[in-house]
Amino acid sequence: MTTTLSPSHVSSAAVDAGWKTICALEDIPVLGSRVVKSRAGDIAIFRNAEDEVFAMHDKCPHKGGPLSQGIVHGRQVTCPLHSWKIQLDSGEAVAPDVGCTRPFAVKVVDGHVLLQVSA
Amino acid sequence: MKKQKLVMIGNGMAGCRTLEELLKLAPDLYDITVFGAEPHGNYNRILLSPVLAGEMTLPEIMLNDLDWYRDNDITLHAGKMVTKIDRIKRKVIAADGTEADYDRLLIATGSTPFIPPIPGADLPGVLAYRDIGDTEAMIAASSQYKHAVVIGAGLLGLEAANGLMLRGMSVTVVHLADWIMERQLDKPAADMLQASLEAKGMNFLLAKQTEALIRGESGRVSAVRLKDGMEIPADLVVVAAGIRPNFAVAESAGIYCGTGRVRGIHVSDTLQTVTDPRVYAVGECVAHRGIAYGLVAPLFEQGKVCANHLANFGIGRYEGSVTSTKLKVTGIDVFSAGDFSGGADTEEIVLHDKQGGVYKRIVIKNNRIVGSVLYGDTADGTWYFQLMKDQQDIHEIRDHLMFGQNHLGDAGHKGENKAASMADTAEVCGCNGVCKGTIVKAIKENGLFTVDEVKKHTKAASSCGSCTGLVEQILASTVGGAYQAVSAHDKAVCGCTELSHGAVRRAIREHKLLNIPDTMETLSWKTPNGCATCRPALNYYLISTWPHEAKDDPQSRFINERAHANIQKDGTYSVVPQMLGGVTTAAELRRIADVADKYAVPTVKVTGGQRIDLLGIKKEDLPNVWKDLGMPSGHAYGKSIRTVKTCVGAEHCRFGTQRSMSMGIDLERMLFGMWSPHKVKLAVSGCPRNCAEAGIKDVGVIGVDSGWELYVAGNGGIKTEVAQFLCKVTTREEVMEYSGAFLQLYREEGYYLERTVHYVERVGLEYVKKHVLDDADKRKALFERLLFALQDAKDPWAERYAKDAAPVLRQQFETLEA
Repeated sequence: MTTTLSPSHVSSAAVDAGWKTICALEDIPVLGSRVVKSRAGDIAIFRNAEDEVFAMHDKCPHKGGPLSQGIVHGRQVTCPLHSWKIQLDSGEAVAPDVGCTRPFAVKVVDGHVLLQVSA
Repeated sequence: MKKQKLVMIGNGMAGCRTLEELLKLAPDLYDITVFGAEPHGNYNRILLSPVLAGEMTLPEIMLNDLDWYRDNDITLHAGKMVTKIDRIKRKVIAADGTEADYDRLLIATGSTPFIPPIPGADLPGVLAYRDIGDTEAMIAASSQYKHAVVIGAGLLGLEAANGLMLRGMSVTVVHLADWIMERQLDKPAADMLQASLEAKGMNFLLAKQTEALIRGESGRVSAVRLKDGMEIPADLVVVAAGIRPNFAVAESAGIYCGTGRVRGIHVSDTLQTVTDPRVYAVGECVAHRGIAYGLVAPLFEQGKVCANHLANFGIGRYEGSVTSTKLKVTGIDVFSAGDFSGGADTEEIVLHDKQGGVYKRIVIKNNRIVGSVLYGDTADGTWYFQLMKDQQDIHEIRDHLMFGQNHLGDAGHKGENKAASMADTAEVCGCNGVCKGTIVKAIKENGLFTVDEVKKHTKAASSCGSCTGLVEQILASTVGGAYQAVSAHDKAVCGCTELSHGAVRRAIREHKLLNIPDTMETLSWKTPNGCATCRPALNYYLISTWPHEAKDDPQSRFINERAHANIQKDGTYSVVPQMLGGVTTAAELRRIADVADKYAVPTVKVTGGQRIDLLGIKKEDLPNVWKDLGMPSGHAYGKSIRTVKTCVGAEHCRFGTQRSMSMGIDLERMLFGMWSPHKVKLAVSGCPRNCAEAGIKDVGVIGVDSGWELYVAGNGGIKTEVAQFLCKVTTREEVMEYSGAFLQLYREEGYYLERTVHYVERVGLEYVKKHVLDDADKRKALFERLLFALQDAKDPWAERYAKDAAPVLRQQFETLEA
């Protein structure tokens, strides 16, 4: 499991192997998300009010609901199907619900959103 | 920064609840030290009775065990009673010499039993009934001795008597007043309770005063002598003559504790003592605005406000509580509220079924409920209490007041409406498959006190909500007196604020708030950008209060209103084009068929609202589907106008008296793009046969030969509610104006996710009539405001598939690649 979740605003322009430029930060609405089609399946990338960016499998650990379609608040997203709350930084469900969706490493470099997709 | 020191004296329910609330708000602000006179963690005192009765064990009633203190870095001095507060050096000192310094002090010393000055009250074998120690002593005595006398037939006295009886003792209850529980019950209800207890073997001596407790040969109490000379054998005497606020340690530190009748630590609305702003107090030891509360619910309210101030949030005031009593006395539900003594200027509605064990009495003055007593069936107590608090005019509902409100849905729980009679294995929540036993277990194990907590932990009542009434009943009977229903009226919108929906609506109007960030800042929201509960509510309140001025925020709308389609369980969407009045054309049907073919739509279904639903559309395809359909959005996904269902009417029907199709089409066209607190459905029938089923719609219009009848606040969903007659009008223009005015009133005053049926129930049909019928100016103004809000309503689909659509409108339908 990927555990490195880099904070946004990484100023270093160095682009490691495996990082892929997805879109401009501006292409994701504040408190919103976009869906990225990848070999690993649909990945939801979120942007919160502090311009932090998060990425995770677009599947709620509960019944597979598309988290990208949920309402983003603080560092959480509420699943549109049955209102489970998922922690954006870890993919963990907020108690008392239990479950975890796979997070992906994502960062913002020079206003571009970079995602690390391991096959 | 060095942490401040918070010391709490007293380790009971009110104090610990305050700490829990504080830790939620500011987990790292204080080093916390707690002194408790009892050698335990915090336990649920209300459940001592089941422990005495042998139905529960001590570990089961612990709310905060010792691990909790450790996990939260709280220093607990259990079994150490604080005997001195030094306000100058800011420290407290316990009987054994233990000291603790404080920056802020919280006194939560609760209450002590009142022991009347009877000779012999200090004999061995004479107990009060207050804590675990007393309970254990009673249990021990019951295994050794035979005769018990309980002095005082209040709730505690009866619970003690019942427990001792269950443990095999012969019990006599001596009471000063003419009937038992005279503070909570009127005589008929008390008589029923007494009869049921006597049937179990309990003895009563009423209107009797105790003169002395007699010492036996062993030195232990042996009998109770009454004023009239009677003597009753007693190896155990439990004195349950009431409680008094325990403020001794506070008073000795010079903190003002009142004089005369109002005794208790005097606190302000911020729960600070009036004497020393560093010292706070909550719970039964407190006198707030001259009232010392003894029920848990108001004490928890105090705790919440106190925690807020301790956390330096500085908002929230405790302004006192209007309390009702809902208790389970030895397994029997009783409820009372307000002034139920009656009088010359009051009327009464009474239902008295002695054999069935049900008694209900509602006391009414000037068409308003002023008091109520319920025995045996208390399910409607909450409703009567709310009507009483709201001073609602009840003359419209007088004929069915006695039969209750029954906030239960019609389906999903096999028609059960009384939780008490349900088996543990019976399913309560038909959406999430939760049975009664699971709920009871969760309530006990996790120390839950509110319906919201039960929803979170068990998922019961968290989907359609139809079983909320049952869950409430289970909660009330499981936690007993600790339960107080929170009405939608004063209930906070969500965990992000203390404010109720009503308060938020008012503030948005008064401060002319136009966007969500400003609203949250002005109203001191606790979270940076709210949550999925409050944001949609705020967004609706803003756009409905300030149409064309407030900013509509798509990110604060539920996905369906953001995508303008209904999300399905597999993440695809459904598309329902507008079909005014359920009337369509061959050309439209052909286009729908073509779209279904082109996009390989898996399911095409006729909806309940006389339209056609295309299910299984991928989100990326939505704009193209809409474009190919060439029909406007039917808003089948919104908290908004849905459809106007019509029958064929005078256009074709041989019975039709009015042209219902065209009336329906006009109404639906007028209301296009109307957002509302919840979904809104209308129907128009052309004659009283009512084929359009107008009787279960938010607004139902029924054509009669001489005009149109208007019905409002019907509901066909979770709970079937027949719409209520509003008025009869003559012209089509009047139909538009009256229905429009009613809907605008609802739009301006309804709480988010409150259907018209619940809105009208809350404000009363009288109120609606006053605004919509009685005052033509008000009605016209309402109608104009509706038309203004709906001016230039655009088709959201066309806006999004347009060639020149702004990227922000299109973006969400376009996926990215990795």
